[in-house]
Amino acid sequence: MKETAKQIEARFLELGVKVQTSEIEDKLEQLVNKFKVPPEEARRNVINLFLKKYNIQKSDFFGPRETAMVKAADIKEDGKWVSLRAKVVQLWEANQESISQVGLLGDESGTIKFTKWAKASALPTVEEGNCYIFKNITTSEWQGQFSVKINKTSEIIPISEDIEVGSTPTEFSGAIVDIQSGSGLIKRCPECNRALVKGACGEHGKVEGIYDLRVKAVMDDGEKVQDILLNREITEALTGITLDQAKEMATEALDQAVVLDMIKSKLVGRYFVVRGAKLDRFILVETITQDIKPLEENIGKLLATAAPVAQEA
Amino acid sequence: MFENSVKNSNSKRSSEFSKAENTGFVREVAHRIFAAEFKEANMQVKEGQDQYSPQYLITPTGAKVNRVFIVGTLTEKEDVGTDAEFWRGRIVDPTGAFFVTAGQYQPEAAQILSRTTPPEFVAVIGKPSTYTTKDGNVLTSIRAESMHVVDAATRDRWVVDAAMHTTRRLEKLAGSEPDVVKVREHYSTNVEAYKAMVAQALESVRAQ
Repeated sequence: MKETAKQIEARFLELGVKVQTSEIEDKLEQLVNKFKVPPEEARRNVINLFLKKYNIQKSDFFGPRETAMVKAADIKEDGKWVSLRAKVVQLWEANQESISQVGLLGDESGTIKFTKWAKASALPTVEEGNCYIFKNITTSEWQGQFSVKINKTSEIIPISEDIEVGSTPTEFSGAIVDIQSGSGLIKRCPECNRALVKGACGEHGKVEGIYDLRVKAVMDDGEKVQDILLNREITEALTGITLDQAKEMATEALDQAVVLDMIKSKLVGRYFVVRGAKLDRFILVETITQDIKPLEENIGKLLATAAPVAQEA
Repeated sequence: MFENSVKNSNSKRSSEFSKAENTGFVREVAHRIFAAEFKEANMQVKEGQDQYSPQYLITPTGAKVNRVFIVGTLTEKEDVGTDAEFWRGRIVDPTGAFFVTAGQYQPEAAQILSRTTPPEFVAVIGKPSTYTTKDGNVLTSIRAESMHVVDAATRDRWVVDAAMHTTRRLEKLAGSEPDVVKVREHYSTNVEAYKAMVAQALESVRAQ
């Protein structure tokens, strides 16, 4: 209880108010021991009492304190208060009333999703391509993905310098073990670029789609599984099938699935090395090369560790 | 991303043995196993009580397998189905042969098996399946999820890959983790014999 009292005193002192430790302690003592109030509740009560007495705003007491400046790629913990110097890479559609803005922030180290709560209405609206210092924001985690939340105690300060956003390229090598549905020749919504499902867009309903070629594949190195995404350019270069050829194939067979079958027969079961930026559970592939080296060197090393005896055989 | 959460929730057990826990759906890794080892596997475990809990086949070197990836030479095939087509193929690697099946529920693999003329290099991704004979022997086979014709380079690449993973498992097998101990007790794995198998497989690739 002494600890709690000291903490409270220290915090009030920071705001320029001198409260007697004994006074705090007495109040706490009374609540906890006499009135059987749980310690956490007692702490809250005492703080509120003194806030009222000295006429201090709640938001000043709990509000912004200098939080540590971090890099996007270093955010690896849930529920931390941090500050970030970053560029707004992308703004997405906020489809919830409680969210005013949502998108992607980036700095030299990489990118991270951000959410700006609607309650933080006093803060300026951020714009795509502009750079800001985001003070006093919280980190959060969902299914292993990290994001930052901008709340009403946060600060957004525009800065004029430009931040070079690092893409933190990831490399993965392994075999392609599956091609997922939604790959091959697909149609996209002309409004929002989403892939159409049965000719309809999730947002805009039935639309006249635009053809595109892409591959969603699963790679596997025997220990880990990695989803990869190939855009039209990469898909064309890798499979040797252009979008026009794919359309022709589909028209001839009266079936889009022939393109998918062809892609599968060219990719599944083969070894590849991919490089690209990581987004969610995918690697957005920038380069992909077939990996066909049963390297002499590797064999030698493995043989040396595996069985020095059997090598003579 | 799953690695993290798995480790947090279950730090004591090796990640090799705890991939599918607590994280909802996780795609099973496709293990690389040589035919000689796969043939000897007969230890089955089920994780969890649920009807949908995944079933695993544990191999003599301690791979916990719910999916395999193999590349080899398709040498024989036969349609053994009575009503519908049911294909069985024999796929050979440097250490022995796998039996691969594809029926009506694996239409893509069955179609490719039906139209491929042996011998041909093929890559198979599939689920291990076991059958116990009347005299108690366990026969292993692979139910193909997908099968594709590949080239010789891919086949060689796979042999090196499988050799690497087998070697890693053999190293782990010397440890004292409970799962590893269980494997040793069940199979009394002859580590030297498996090392020799790996070496022989690698030599066969190098010899070409």
